[in-house]
Amino acid sequence: MTTATVVFALLLYAAALLGAAGLAWRIRDYARTPAPLKIPTTPAPTSTGGVVLRMLREVTLFESLFKANLWIWLFGWMFHVSLALVLARHLRYFTEPVWFWVVWIQPFGLYAGLAMAAGLAGLWARRFLVERIRYISTPSDHLMLALLLGIALSGLSMKFLDHTDIIAVKAYALGLIFFDWQPLPAHLGLYVHLFLVALLMGIFPYSKLLHAPGVFFSPGRNQADNPRERRHLAPWAAELDKAKL
Amino acid sequence: MATTQLSAPPLKPYPVIPILEVGAMAGTKSFPANAQIQQALGFPGELVEDWHDKAIAKLGELLGKYRSLKVYLDACVHCGACTDKCHYFLGTGDPKNMPVARQDLLRKVYRRHFTWSGKLFPKLVGAEDLTKEVLDDWYSYFNQCSECRRCSVYCPYGIDTAEITMAAREVMDSIGLGTKYTNEIIGKVHRVGNNLGLPGPALQDTLSSIEEDLKEETGLDIRLPVNEKGAEVLLVTPSADFFAEPHVYSLMGYAKVFHAAGISWTLSTHASEAANFGMFIGNYAQMQKIATRVRESVLDLGAKRLVVGECGHAWRAAYSFWNTLIGPFDFLDPNYPVPQHICELTYDLIQRGALSFDKGANDKYVVTFHDSCNVARASRMGSLPGGQFEIPRAIIRAVAHKFVDMNPETIREKTFCCGGGGGILTDDLLEVRVKGALPRMEALQAVVESDGVNFMATICAICKAQFSKVLPYYKFNMGMVGGVHQLVGNAIRLGPK
Repeated sequence: MTTATVVFALLLYAAALLGAAGLAWRIRDYARTPAPLKIPTTPAPTSTGGVVLRMLREVTLFESLFKANLWIWLFGWMFHVSLALVLARHLRYFTEPVWFWVVWIQPFGLYAGLAMAAGLAGLWARRFLVERIRYISTPSDHLMLALLLGIALSGLSMKFLDHTDIIAVKAYALGLIFFDWQPLPAHLGLYVHLFLVALLMGIFPYSKLLHAPGVFFSPGRNQADNPRERRHLAPWAAELDKAKL
Repeated sequence: MATTQLSAPPLKPYPVIPILEVGAMAGTKSFPANAQIQQALGFPGELVEDWHDKAIAKLGELLGKYRSLKVYLDACVHCGACTDKCHYFLGTGDPKNMPVARQDLLRKVYRRHFTWSGKLFPKLVGAEDLTKEVLDDWYSYFNQCSECRRCSVYCPYGIDTAEITMAAREVMDSIGLGTKYTNEIIGKVHRVGNNLGLPGPALQDTLSSIEEDLKEETGLDIRLPVNEKGAEVLLVTPSADFFAEPHVYSLMGYAKVFHAAGISWTLSTHASEAANFGMFIGNYAQMQKIATRVRESVLDLGAKRLVVGECGHAWRAAYSFWNTLIGPFDFLDPNYPVPQHICELTYDLIQRGALSFDKGANDKYVVTFHDSCNVARASRMGSLPGGQFEIPRAIIRAVAHKFVDMNPETIREKTFCCGGGGGILTDDLLEVRVKGALPRMEALQAVVESDGVNFMATICAICKAQFSKVLPYYKFNMGMVGGVHQLVGNAIRLGPK
């Protein structure tokens, strides 16, 4: 058992724990905070089914962003869809036997890795080239893109430049899941990749990556437009109600 | 007041996103409310000693009460989708009038005090404490937002700057920093019943004289009843309809519709205001207190239906919030929506063939329609989403021959604010108002040139007042703006069919 094996195992456990616990805490917080008034951005669906469809369009097609700005939409959508494919492709390192659909998407996942890097590069370029976006960008906005691009490039490097022992990597990953640690191959690209992934997982719920759960809790998007048909009353507003009327 | 030298920005043939002019509007501030105005609403009379701690505590309280605020402060990724969507940014070029930058004025303080990343690495994540300079920025820029929600249409997470602005204004009110315009008006509604501060007897006089005008115009006894118990409909309309032009022509239009349809109706002196400026300052209790007058009036007068006149944010308050604030309305006639917009009522009558029109009466007009933001993006009419766009246009088409829409990027849910909404309609912010009207004026200019448009109909008292004031700055005739029911009133056939 090498030092790297132990260090990365502990790092990944800690990051997963920090990320998952933080995410659960944020989601619980969002869910428990009342939305006292009906404020969907209209025109909005009038039924729950319609809201589900609106949300699906929003999170799969980025409908609002498409209306707003084609460049941001193009790069942003390209990045997110590619990331989803890449993550799905990575399931082969965590499943044995590998699920059939994971096998099927392997080649797509590979192209997605390239598209993901391209999308990130496009988004990053905007932060330098467009005056308005340069104005609103904070250091963390740049670092987040650097982090994601670092993950993408270190991953791609192991495919196209300098292979690592992928069989051993899979054994290591399964070992982490089943608490049966296996040695991690000594490989710089792999170390970089895993370190950045751990960092991303750890900071997820403490950063703007909260947009991922946040969108589902956005009253502007998740409320049905039915205030006349159904009386909407938050608990703290109901207390005022009793006092007033 | 910077009125002497104020000139409008030039109208361009196509929209251009301005170059940033940092700090261009930092010094443009709404007049602050004095102690008397503030205290009448239960707010501190002046900036309190421990304003920093009080403000942070208030922000914490609001974060616990409004999911919108909490999620919206967390979710922004600075993608930039909203940066060119605000009419105030497009008109002024001040980057703090970009929706995301406006939000960030509050978000940076939120990060500093309520997030781990902001506490540990403030510089990295753009977190900043609430200093006097930041507070000054809050006062300037949160009072240069009309809460029009245009940015929320385009945000991939639906982040609504209006919610952020409302929270910031509520925090500022709680430490003694209110605006004269909005808070004085709220006080008037509490005291007198309407924004204009028009007492009951004066209102009755005004309505009598409008009845005389109607008699002169039509030869008929078209009534404007007030406080009539047992009337079927209680009409709640913005008080500007009683006094201001062109608003009053729409009031005459409503009266003619009720007359022609034979619906008994009444106004109320107690609830002589549809507007609800409590919304502008994000204050639930104020909003509820204002709305409660409507509930009291409808119960007192025994009306069976509740109808709202032409007013944008009032329709949002009525449509989206009344049921929550002052409902349930189970004592009203369930065959009609509660509340019902006057356009819904008129449209329904047209559909049933209960009204007939001489469209030729509006032939002098080539009409376009300005969607008002709160109607477009915060409410609905009819039973289908988007009815708030279709119904007013259907009414206009039924009463006038010539109608054209403006650039599709500037109407319906993409409509541009008139520049005067959300508590901005005050002369101390005239520069903001004139510049903020730029995108709408450009779209108007295009249809004036292509189709000879000479009438812009709208269903909002604030839009009407704002356009009447700013149209001349752009070399348009101020009489170009008017209500939908003004057109209805011109064309409706009265008397025996």
